[in-house]
Amino acid sequence: MAETMQFNLVSPERSLMSGPVLSVEIPGADGDLTALPNHAPTLTTLRPGILTVQTEKGSEEYIVTGGFAELGEGVTILAEKALPRGDVDQDTYEALVDEAHVAYGKAKEVFKNEPGPVDDAVKLLHDMVAIGGKIGLDPKQPSL
Amino acid sequence: MPSLKDLKNRIESVKSTRKITKAMQMVAAAKLRRAQDSAEAARPYAERFNEVLGQLAASVAGSDSAPLLLRGTGKDDVHLLVVMTAERGLCGGFNANIAKLAKQHASELLAKGKTVKIITVGKKGRDAIKRDFGNLFIEHVDMSEIKRVGYADAQGIAKNILSRFDEGEFDVATIFFSEFVNVVTQIPTAQQIIPAKFDVAEDEGAATVYEYEPSEEAILADLLPRGVATQIFAALLENGASEQGARMSAMDNATRNAGEMIDKLTIEFNRSRQAVITNELIEIISGAEAL
Repeated sequence: MAETMQFNLVSPERSLMSGPVLSVEIPGADGDLTALPNHAPTLTTLRPGILTVQTEKGSEEYIVTGGFAELGEGVTILAEKALPRGDVDQDTYEALVDEAHVAYGKAKEVFKNEPGPVDDAVKLLHDMVAIGGKIGLDPKQPSL
Repeated sequence: MPSLKDLKNRIESVKSTRKITKAMQMVAAAKLRRAQDSAEAARPYAERFNEVLGQLAASVAGSDSAPLLLRGTGKDDVHLLVVMTAERGLCGGFNANIAKLAKQHASELLAKGKTVKIITVGKKGRDAIKRDFGNLFIEHVDMSEIKRVGYADAQGIAKNILSRFDEGEFDVATIFFSEFVNVVTQIPTAQQIIPAKFDVAEDEGAATVYEYEPSEEAILADLLPRGVATQIFAALLENGASEQGARMSAMDNATRNAGEMIDKLTIEFNRSRQAVITNELIEIISGAEAL
């Protein structure tokens, strides 16, 4: 039997998953990473993306919009918003993209001469749109 | 002495009051269960979040590069009080207790010569504080349209507070809410959210040394605003459970009082009914004797 580790996925409103897993693919802010058992203790923030969890029964996918991951004894993901991939349909996805668009618009308005926050918003929007490509949904909005 | 008809009417009216309070109690009980469930569901996130944030904060503490949210502005002049109460009354001392604590806090700060600004969340708290400190209000957040508190609501409030902080409108922010212990006990609580305060767990001598991706500071800067939202969300949920708990016990009391009142009135009603009968008998008998 392959080695497993404890995995928790929690959002502010509820706990989505908790149990032993083989590996977790995490969309980290600086790039994707895969956590296997006995990974070095790491703390990373998340970008919007797809979280893939390998369990002994198969793999499960979740859409996360942000938050952070803590890798230590096990893996704990604290996601700002997390949805099982099956629950994400065109409408929910569009709402997420819209949200990113609004955030971008606001950032552009508020921080006229500061590229930092605007860049962040652009990145967020890009990530959001990229999710759609991966799960076969149409963002219906240009990616700028 | 009230007439029989008066008594009968009063008994009827108390009975219908009892029906209403009983119904309210049952509704509160059902809502309480739901509120407790969501408060419990949110707990793992909040606990874990604070743990990680606390660790991070401890490792950056003291350095000048620490974010303002953690370090504070270095001043202590302008205080922001965020008073969270219910939208509805009829829940015992729930709203009054929170308002009392907030008012006490505000007077203390004013006495020390600080500037106080108040944001109210929930109508009842605003009404209670308006008379004394109405001039200090800077905003009111209306929650009456919200059936079930979501994280998005907490985020909205947090964003509002954070943007005010960024503009330097205040130095210290404190939230006021009621902590849910059980149905009969709710503790009005004041919690400082900006600058962030953590109960640092000192006993874990060998804290895990983490690798950070991106840098420690970047993560902290990302997490601190979320921490504010998380704390507000937790407070809102606690408040929701407390409100329903307080209402449940208040309505339970009211129902019991109504029952006692009905018993008392019924005895009085029977007494006066008997007195009337006795009176009539006396009249008949003395009439017969006179013949």
